[in-house]
Amino acid sequence: MSMMKVSSNPHVRSKESTSSIMLLVVLALLPAFGFGIYNFGIMAAVHVLITVAACVLTEFVFNLIIKKKQTVSDLSAVVTGMLLGLNLPVGAPWWIGILGGIFAILVVKCLFGGLGENFMNPALGARCFLVISFPAIMTNFNCDAYSGATPLALLKSGAEVNILDMVIGRTGGTIGETSVIAIVIGACILLATGVIDLRIPGSYIVTFVIFVVIFGGYGFNPAYIAAQLSGGGLMLGAFFMATDYVTRPVTVKGQYVYGIILGILTGIFRIFGPSAEGVSYAIILSNLLVPLIEKWTMPRAFGVGGKKHE
Amino acid sequence: MARLTFKGGIHPYDGKALSKDKPIREVLPKGDLVYPVSQHIGAPATPIVAKGDRVLRGQMIAEASGFVSAPIYSSVSGTVKCIEPRRVVTGDLINSIVIENDGLYEEVEYDAGKDLDDYSKEEIIERVKKAGVVGMGGAGFPTFIKLSPKDPDAIDYCIVNCAECEPYLTSDYRRMIEEPEKVVEGLRVMLRLFDNAHGILAVEDNKPEAIRKLKAIVKSDPLISVKALKTKYPQGAERQLIYATTGRSINSKMLPADAGCVVDNVDTVVAIRAAVLEGKPLMERIVTVTGDAVADPRNFKVHIGTNYSELIEEAGGFKTEPVKIVSGGPMMGFGIFDLDLPTTKTASALLALTKDDVSEMEPTACINCGRCVEACPGNVVPKFLAEFAENGDEEAFIKNNGMECCECGCCSFICPAKRPLTQAIKSMRKICLAKKKK
Repeated sequence: MSMMKVSSNPHVRSKESTSSIMLLVVLALLPAFGFGIYNFGIMAAVHVLITVAACVLTEFVFNLIIKKKQTVSDLSAVVTGMLLGLNLPVGAPWWIGILGGIFAILVVKCLFGGLGENFMNPALGARCFLVISFPAIMTNFNCDAYSGATPLALLKSGAEVNILDMVIGRTGGTIGETSVIAIVIGACILLATGVIDLRIPGSYIVTFVIFVVIFGGYGFNPAYIAAQLSGGGLMLGAFFMATDYVTRPVTVKGQYVYGIILGILTGIFRIFGPSAEGVSYAIILSNLLVPLIEKWTMPRAFGVGGKKHE
Repeated sequence: MARLTFKGGIHPYDGKALSKDKPIREVLPKGDLVYPVSQHIGAPATPIVAKGDRVLRGQMIAEASGFVSAPIYSSVSGTVKCIEPRRVVTGDLINSIVIENDGLYEEVEYDAGKDLDDYSKEEIIERVKKAGVVGMGGAGFPTFIKLSPKDPDAIDYCIVNCAECEPYLTSDYRRMIEEPEKVVEGLRVMLRLFDNAHGILAVEDNKPEAIRKLKAIVKSDPLISVKALKTKYPQGAERQLIYATTGRSINSKMLPADAGCVVDNVDTVVAIRAAVLEGKPLMERIVTVTGDAVADPRNFKVHIGTNYSELIEEAGGFKTEPVKIVSGGPMMGFGIFDLDLPTTKTASALLALTKDDVSEMEPTACINCGRCVEACPGNVVPKFLAEFAENGDEEAFIKNNGMECCECGCCSFICPAKRPLTQAIKSMRKICLAKKKK
């Protein structure tokens, strides 16, 4: 008889893999992507495809150059590309996605050691890089379908907004952020398959609502709260980017803390900041706090600190 | 009512259908029998026979040395062929007594003793000690020590671990189905030792037939109850079992007695019964021989010392060439490279698989998904512990409760990046334990 394979226990593994999880995230982003194409036209699809291609190619070439084992098949670069694409305004020039994709993968992810080592969400890191570098392009939401300010900007200036349009997504904004319904459908896919849970999105949104009620200037005004929740990148951020595994705390308690911090920061940025937006900065800033949060929220091991039973 | 359970855990493919309806069949050994002197936690036993001696079935061949130790008995009659180091499932070479089976099964006369009620508590514990009974669920801790806590009156529960949460294993299940009265009698022997204790038979709810049979036997006994537990691995881990049944939690440095509990698994309880009521030492155990490579998966009553290859033969040999063979269950068992190994007191199963998940799935980078944290019944963060272990950072490992790990394997199982977390943590625990001993 030939020699058997030996290894330490356990000898069986679950079916789930990194790429299967990433594939689910890609699937869950399709409703928002689809609505983006419907809402903004074919250029929306072109932008997202460009960012995905830029991300995947950057990772591929980087691995090639530093002679690292190819990792593109884990699909994480595809997810980054999609998220970045969905965070671009449809009227942006074609090269913006390439620049963003390279920044996301090369600077934020690969230079820090690749998947699992990046200290902030690559897609959001790249978005913030683009917003700071090309503010005129990145905050110009005029396009064929819509012109003028986004609902959130209108809200900030005290104007009326149509909440139904915001929930459905028939408004200006970045490609993937406008439709609450499409994003929630995607989020439900992730929740149902166990890829994410409600800890972070839940504590994020609840905290944000409380903040808005206290500091928003409208008190407990359901229409205002609904508009704040539906507008801007909050839903996409809460369900798809704040929940990014690599850049959120791994401890359970820490995830609540993280969600609460996100809610507060988003509230501060949106209400007291110069821009109507605040989700991206809130998330990348909170990303930096993750090691600290984890350190403070290490769970108490089972039975440790327990008393002997007399 | 919420089902009794613990926090964390996983739901692996259970594979029990392969062997759960196969009645226990006795296997008579053909070849030599090998008895490693260390089949338990504690000091190895000292051989008391020499090469050429004739021994009978039921005769002590190695005596306990020191307090934490257990004697070993011959399970056949025959001649001592040699005493030499032999390979055991962990891969270690352990001094072993090899007995050539004469096929006669001549037995010693057992001291059947008296009625249970006529024994003093000390006598009961002495009989368990003398019979070489150890925890047969896998750990091999000498049972008499468990049965003699500092304050026997503080024991509130005697729990029989009937969870059998390891995938593929059906040996305890068959025992509960076929000889439920022996399990209950064994528990009654234990309860004799603890005046204030209630008995609990804790069974996972994927074994309704066992629950039904045990309930039928204990229905008129106010001291004993059958508790159905949620089916989830590792429901049968001692600390998790105590928590599920009593709501009390203990850490790794505490003993079940600190929670007012004594826990023994099914086969051990049956061995306690045989030791006390029949005067029979521990010579046999039930072993499930199963896996998709085995032609006819079965449950066997095996003479301890029997070579593993004989068990595979009894199960019809391999129908497909196995890639991996495990002594024990797939979650906590030992991968073995060859079948030429003896059945020991703690060997609950022999599992032959045509596919090895471990070597087929290459580890990739940790994506920090947190599944290991959710799955860990010890409520530690396996991701960090494995990192500390890989970096050799003992201080951080211990500070973050690395020693609380029970090595159940949930983290490695659930990891989507297929990282060998349990392996890293287990190795580090060994290093830390070894340093502590010095």
